[in-house]
Amino acid sequence: MAILETRQLNKHFGGLHVTGNVDFALQPGEMHCLIGPNGAGKSTFFKLILGEHLPDSGAILYDGEEITRAKPFERIRKGISVKFQVPGIFKELSVQQNLTIALQHHVAPEILQEEIDRLLEFLKLSQDRKQLAGNLSHGQKQWLEIGMAVALKPRLLLLDEPTAGMTPDETFATGEMLQELNREGMTLLAVEHDMAFVRQIAHQVTVLHFGKIFAQGTIDEITADERVAAIYLGEVDA
Amino acid sequence: MSSASRFTSILKLIEGPQTLGKGPKFWSGFTVVLLAACAYPAFADSYDVGNNVYFFNWLFMAMGLSLIWGYGGALSFGQTAFFGVAGYAYGVLTINLGDAYGLTLLSLVLAVGLSALFAAILGYFLFFGRISGVFLGIVTLSVTLVLERFMAQTAGPEWAIGKARLNGFNGMGAMPSLTIPWPGGNIVLYPDVTLYYVTLALLLVCYLGLRILVNSRFGNVIVAIRENPMRAEMLGYDVRKYQLATFVIGSALAGLSGVLYTSWGNYITPASMGMTAASLPIVWVAVGGRTDLTTTIIGTLAVLMVFQSLTIYGSQYALIVMGTLLVITVLIAPRGIVIALISPFMRRKSKLEGER
Repeated sequence: MAILETRQLNKHFGGLHVTGNVDFALQPGEMHCLIGPNGAGKSTFFKLILGEHLPDSGAILYDGEEITRAKPFERIRKGISVKFQVPGIFKELSVQQNLTIALQHHVAPEILQEEIDRLLEFLKLSQDRKQLAGNLSHGQKQWLEIGMAVALKPRLLLLDEPTAGMTPDETFATGEMLQELNREGMTLLAVEHDMAFVRQIAHQVTVLHFGKIFAQGTIDEITADERVAAIYLGEVDA
Repeated sequence: MSSASRFTSILKLIEGPQTLGKGPKFWSGFTVVLLAACAYPAFADSYDVGNNVYFFNWLFMAMGLSLIWGYGGALSFGQTAFFGVAGYAYGVLTINLGDAYGLTLLSLVLAVGLSALFAAILGYFLFFGRISGVFLGIVTLSVTLVLERFMAQTAGPEWAIGKARLNGFNGMGAMPSLTIPWPGGNIVLYPDVTLYYVTLALLLVCYLGLRILVNSRFGNVIVAIRENPMRAEMLGYDVRKYQLATFVIGSALAGLSGVLYTSWGNYITPASMGMTAASLPIVWVAVGGRTDLTTTIIGTLAVLMVFQSLTIYGSQYALIVMGTLLVITVLIAPRGIVIALISPFMRRKSKLEGER
């Protein structure tokens, strides 16, 4: 059974259809990238899955259970987690506190510090635990937020442009982080523009165009597809 | 976990990431200030001591606003609404029930409870309606102004609840002071040394209790909501419930101020909910540093004392000074003047000792 499924998902703002009858299924254990030109509806699709927007019609299923109208925090409690495009960290609080807040409601107080240390290690932020999150470098902020999202031990992790603004080295390190999470059993769905990164991590790629699924396949199939190149890759790779 | 170790772990929260004052130096200073406050009545005229309880009365409301606005990030302009509701409720209850058998204490609890209930109803519509930012300020200010207008037109004899006349713009008076039933004669808390100590004790309990609250898991979540409500929700927290709980606790503290003030002066007027009254708490906590309970208290006391002396000598000019003070704070030290003054010291200290 798919871990995430959308059926005939529609959303429009006024006369503008941002997603049109999207049928999408994500298998457990998959690392899936969502690509498409600006305005293709990727972010809206994410917001629909998270419940930030409610669809006009259609259904969203998580693990076979309908969550179309569930509140965002209810979806999170079912096992979905998200990393926003702009790092959504608590800037005025320390790195340690950011992780505490992410962990405290499902980790017993006695092992909280242990879990925080483990996460800091994973995020390469052990040296910065006392630093205010707002003082971290851009890449570190992105990692911290990935850490906060991962702290919930989600089954499905959504990532909205996880490498935006990162150096190539940071991007590569992020890819390795995500692959490690995937090996531990996490399913990942990422919106991404950086094709090198998509190539590094994606098992499957979906191309959105004008709010509809335009193509689906492995990265090689997608890059070989001339129609895709015409709308998107061609412009980027040229 | 045994109940003893749970108690210790709760006590440990008295220090934590959400409160600036920590370590032996802070607590030594704290003890000195507390001892000085305890010793003060020995060196002052008891009439002055009773009068100066006035300053303590407002601190509960200021701490409540620090919690709602400084910690929770929701600018409530409505502290005075809850102050007024509780003040009037205390008046109506005690005038009808009298001061025997500890009924004034029951009235205190009921009046604060009523203001909390009112906050819960208003807060439900605000936070579950996802009203935030400046709109929250507008709605809460409107509520307090509506209450002021309403109470101001209750002059006629038809506006009475039991024996209690509301008295319109002139305000309601002659309610009994808080009275503690005591073997061998009730202790009436007139503005005097006893009231001073009772209020000081209450203040200490609320201050330490709030320190524990803001450093607890609950406190972590409310500062997270201040920093980034969407992220907090996407960590699985029902943000609305936390905001509502914070609002109710902070508003109930304003209610406590209202009861103490009414009992202290045996008097409450609609003006206590008016525009001027509503804006002053904002000035107090903004000037001191709203994101910390201690700086809020220091700031509030300082501003109240300055305001008091200015009112005596300069009358209405005092308000202009208050406005100017707020503007200066916002421009020069947006996090609060007390915080701005101590932060260089804090930074040096954290470099030397390493932050916790």
